[in-house]
Amino acid sequence: MSATRMQLLSPRNVLLLSQGRNELFAGCSGARVCSLTSHPLSSSPGRALSSLSATRRGLPKEKMSENGVSSRAKVLTIDTMNPTVKKVEYAVRGPIVQRAVELERELSEGIKKPFAEVIKANIGDAHAMGQQPITFFRQVLALCSYPELLNDSTFPEDAKSRARRILQSCGGNSMGSYSASQGIDSVRQDVARYIERRDGGVPCDPDNIYLTTGASDGIVTMLKLLVCGEGATRTGVMISIPQYPLYSAALAELGAVQINYYLNEEKCWSMDISELQRALDEARRHCNPRALCIINPGNPTGQVQSRQCIEDVIRFAAKERLFLMADEVYQDNVYADGCQFHSFKKVLFEMGPEYSNTVELVSFHSTSKCYMGECGFRGGYMEIINMDNEVKAQLTKLVSVRLCPPVPGQALMDLVVNPPQPGEPSYENFIKERTATLSALAEKAKLTEQVLNTVQGISCNPVQGAMYSFPRITISAKAVKEATDKGQQPDMFYCMKMLEETGICLVPGSGFGQKDGTYHFRMTILPPTDKLKILLNKVKEFHQKFTQQYT
Amino acid sequence: MSQQTVNGVPSRGKVLTLDNMNPNVKRVEYAVRGPIVQRAVQIEKELKEGVKKPFSEVIKANIGDAHAMGQKPITFLRQVLALCSYPELLEDNKFPEDAKKRAKRILQACGGHSIGAYSASQGIECVRQDVARYIEKRDGGISSNPDNIYLSTGASDAIVTMLKLLVCGEGRDRTGVMISIPQYPLYSAALADLGAVQVSYYLDEDKCWSLDVAELRRSLNAARQHCNPRVLCIINPGNPTGQVQSRQCIEDVIRFAKEEHLFLMADEVYQDNVYAEGCKFHSFKKVLFEMGPEYSSTVEMASFHSTSKCYMGECGFRGGYMEIINMDPEVKAQLTKLVSVRLCPPVPGQALLDLVVNPPQPDEPSYTTFMKERTVVLADLAEKARLTEQIFNKVPGITCNPVQGAMYTFPRITLSQKAIDKAKEEGQVPDMFYCMKLLEEEGICLVPGSGFGQREGTFHFRMTILPPTEKLKVVLHKISEFHLRFTQEFS
Repeated sequence: MSATRMQLLSPRNVLLLSQGRNELFAGCSGARVCSLTSHPLSSSPGRALSSLSATRRGLPKEKMSENGVSSRAKVLTIDTMNPTVKKVEYAVRGPIVQRAVELERELSEGIKKPFAEVIKANIGDAHAMGQQPITFFRQVLALCSYPELLNDSTFPEDAKSRARRILQSCGGNSMGSYSASQGIDSVRQDVARYIERRDGGVPCDPDNIYLTTGASDGIVTMLKLLVCGEGATRTGVMISIPQYPLYSAALAELGAVQINYYLNEEKCWSMDISELQRALDEARRHCNPRALCIINPGNPTGQVQSRQCIEDVIRFAAKERLFLMADEVYQDNVYADGCQFHSFKKVLFEMGPEYSNTVELVSFHSTSKCYMGECGFRGGYMEIINMDNEVKAQLTKLVSVRLCPPVPGQALMDLVVNPPQPGEPSYENFIKERTATLSALAEKAKLTEQVLNTVQGISCNPVQGAMYSFPRITISAKAVKEATDKGQQPDMFYCMKMLEETGICLVPGSGFGQKDGTYHFRMTILPPTDKLKILLNKVKEFHQKFTQQYT
Repeated sequence: MSQQTVNGVPSRGKVLTLDNMNPNVKRVEYAVRGPIVQRAVQIEKELKEGVKKPFSEVIKANIGDAHAMGQKPITFLRQVLALCSYPELLEDNKFPEDAKKRAKRILQACGGHSIGAYSASQGIECVRQDVARYIEKRDGGISSNPDNIYLSTGASDAIVTMLKLLVCGEGRDRTGVMISIPQYPLYSAALADLGAVQVSYYLDEDKCWSLDVAELRRSLNAARQHCNPRVLCIINPGNPTGQVQSRQCIEDVIRFAKEEHLFLMADEVYQDNVYAEGCKFHSFKKVLFEMGPEYSSTVEMASFHSTSKCYMGECGFRGGYMEIINMDPEVKAQLTKLVSVRLCPPVPGQALLDLVVNPPQPDEPSYTTFMKERTVVLADLAEKARLTEQIFNKVPGITCNPVQGAMYTFPRITLSQKAIDKAKEEGQVPDMFYCMKLLEEEGICLVPGSGFGQREGTFHFRMTILPPTEKLKVVLHKISEFHLRFTQEFS
């Protein structure tokens, strides 16, 4: 109940409602992201509520047929639905992607366009972009799906032994059984061993591992646990700007207060403690900041945090009593020379017991990114550290309501954390496939930065990691004006035009948040190199034409 | 600002504690995986460590988990899933042509021809088309629009999503949701999580757990004193109660929903699980459309289905769909946006659902085996439903309605005052005390009726009928003996 109250009370919400639904879909999320925290909450709940219910709901039930409300009216309308859901926005699959799907349909119906195909560079969907699955993973999944294949001599022995082990930990030896809600025991054990190896021996307890339906599920669950209070005591959650919009969407839905801290574009999107402090101090005037979310390597910005920076963040969290949420789904996607992935957990434990015994941390991982790119399986896990035991029991209860994460995704997660070992028959091929994918990504990261930086009016930070480039684009005043006249954010206007003219689907920076007056887009670097080159050149030509048109 | 004092929390305390966590989450309860199941898992561990118990294995009859109980997967479904997982197998002549054909069709609908790609958030288009055609066939030709189909992560996901859309208002204006008592506790859990008002209506145990419109009306009128009831949830066939609604009853419910301006949510995940003679599954949608345009063009409804139950029992894949009917287009756009945040339901589950709605046809090579496997599972279930009712009804102090459908029996148990007092002493509700004792003495894990809701002063448990027949007989006899012993001990 508390979650919705917050939203109802926000004067901003009233404003939104009066602006009508188009605005909800238009590319103005950037503005909203930037201004959410600057609106103090109404302090007169009663009045705000009664006026809202009088104007919006207007359906006092027992009087329905008496007061002239048509009995044909829907039970559920835009005015009587959950107001927090209305505030949710998710640009990565927003209006521009809907238009891209429409264009694809038009193309397939034979309608002439200035391009032959739509290239969806809006999302980190590796297989859709042509990346091949890792053979070993798919062999084991086939064996688990149809165990009769265990008698087939064409499958390597290591694949069979993995499949047998997974099946043995499933009820009735079938992936069709529910697993424990926290995830299959043996998979959680393998995850724990993987984390220990990754972190140079820092111990990991399988009891602290929760398997999830993709990382998104884990992130939303953790945020849900953290949200409480009303008005000035309402939970505030610090997220980077630019951010991955799952965070803003989840916070909107939960009625939590979004606290923006800005990454420093001039310093390769690095994170700065003084900026964290500024954001926190301002937020404390109107909410209760309790969580700090970090995405490393960064999405959409592609930076890889230095060890020093992580240490500073941990110290900051300890000092300010913040629950740390480390989104580390791109942990294998590090390309730039001199950059290395440091897990928050490892750094936390290297800082000694003063920190490792106290700072509450949750780290997220997934099967969807890295070299696997198995998005469709919705596999993932989170590790919780220093969580209060009673809260942990509540977490276990909460996840039990949804029964269990998809078991094929759990099986896949197991293979990711326990891949073929040297000496096993699949090892060589596995390493070959893995290396090919990661080195192709590294090459594409460099290529993207290079080509985009040759364009006047586009400046692009190095893509140190992850799967995206988030270049800054200069949009002339004339173009800004035309966009405003159309009721669009300038970068949405830009991306929409690019889509219509070139068939390239990007996500405008406003969907992730950006400093006022700056414009960006997010583009995935996943297309195969040759295609990526064509794509980058098309973007280049488009930008030049656009600039010319609006000078 | 010294944050340490904001909540009066000492500076050494955790950021996140029981006192400052989301209060709605604390109110969530889900008995099907509650304390009794946790104890069952512990006992299993103890057995493994060699601790002596009066039994050699724990039988988990708490949940409708068919494969865990030994039910075999349908061969065709798993063949296609293997082909989709590892398409190199398409070259393998061990697989029948119809399985290959289905796999190719699914892969062609996936980005990069891989089930590792994200699908559209609403679900793969061709799967939604197949679902729509399945519904049309099931409902005797009533049209179904693939645009109104949303694939989901099991039915639970879709149910929670729909409830989420419907919740608004504060105080007396807060959305109320009518659910049956007994109910499947996903509903009460979701309502607690969303802070919606649970409006309970009671099923009539004396009339085989049937639904009575007068009781709906009583419950609705009472609720209108303190909230805004907007939704009516029905589970048919019933969970945990196993009743199958008559066509007439469904018509009455629809009329009631229209009259009272309620959004209907029809949980129809057990639609193939109908065993009793004279009983038949009628979908809410079919009845709605047979009632004519006055109803079919106005009553808002969502119907849920899943790959986890029926003859498939593929719970682990988390496949499911919902069909929405008469939803406001603006709300539908919001629904589409909302599901996009979670990207997509698991694609293997979507593939599986496609096979469920588009199984082998009579002229296809896998048809005979498919039908054989399907029939065996359903006939076994029907036999076990009868067996369960018969054996329980022989025990003095246990009365059991016929298991007309679904996968559970929900018998009523008589507990003596002495037993009730003893339970109270131990700080437990009486049926939890009963089930805990059963677990400790016989190794059988059931769910107490209090986890589903029941009329005050009555006590029940839910038991799945899924164990293989021979094992089920053993379970039923053990429970019977336990009940007699328990009754004697506390008389």
